Amino acid sequence: MDKTDANRFIETLAFAEALAMRVDVIDDGRAMISMPYDARFIGDPRNGVIHGGAVSALMDTCCGAAVMSRADGTGATATLDLRIDYMRPAHPGSRITAEAICYHTTRTVAFVRATATDGDTQTPVASAHGAFTFARKEPAA
Amino acid sequence: MTPPTHEPVQVVKERRDRALNALVEGVPYIGFLGIRFDRKGDELTAVMPFSPMLIGNPMLQALHGGATASFLEVTAIIGLGWSILWENIESGAIDAIAITPQNMPRLPKTIDITVDYLRAGLPRDSYARARVNRSGRRYASVHVEAWQDNRARPIAQATGHFLMPSGD
Repeated sequence: MDKTDANRFIETLAFAEALAMRVDVIDDGRAMISMPYDARFIGDPRNGVIHGGAVSALMDTCCGAAVMSRADGTGATATLDLRIDYMRPAHPGSRITAEAICYHTTRTVAFVRATATDGDTQTPVASAHGAFTFARKEPAA
Repeated sequence: MTPPTHEPVQVVKERRDRALNALVEGVPYIGFLGIRFDRKGDELTAVMPFSPMLIGNPMLQALHGGATASFLEVTAIIGLGWSILWENIESGAIDAIAITPQNMPRLPKTIDITVDYLRAGLPRDSYARARVNRSGRRYASVHVEAWQDNRARPIAQATGHFLMPSGD
């Protein structure tokens, strides 16, 4: 799946489209997806910080995309579980970029970790760790 | 013996509903997702009406995992924030009638949340309830469950840790 195909794919995910997500990189078990700052996604009106739920949605999409992009998989997946740690509030006004790596697969499960940054510092906004369903592509007989 | 005097029920309801509305309406992302809260006494049920925007998998017409995660996190934060606010308005420490989204008490902040996906979310309305398992001075632990048609068949659950708002 190249970047254009991947962006087309993201566009079919209505919720990713609603959050204006964009695929920046996608390549065999690795994905980078970003989301712009938008006043509608604010969680704390007093400081304009994006709601954690929107960051979770970005993380989930990015992790799922990393699993789908595995060359040895069928391209279908679903989230089993996902844990998100929020290290600091995202800077209001900044684009948030998630980077996910599918670092291990079994015949049925894919393990993924991800971080989200807002370009401000080296400290990530959030990190995530999850397990996804996975189906290995059967080698041609 | 004189019978006990109680506030008129409408006055009590108005006070509680106003406080809840101020808590919910101040958060733009809750409005973006279309989530509302039904209140029965101090118990809240979050409702996320189905909208095509929430779809993740176009082939299966399933809710996006991120939409479900957002719904659970919103329910946990409002559930915890409401439990703090409830005590303050019932004790009279906060005047519910004077609360607006601009001056409402601060909401708890998420430290971490683990979402467990149990079933595909169908293109239907979703419901969720939060349970505050522990609420201390600094930290709280909250469990939340979401379901659709059948309460006994949850579509997802989550446990999260939250930083309590400091008194400002």
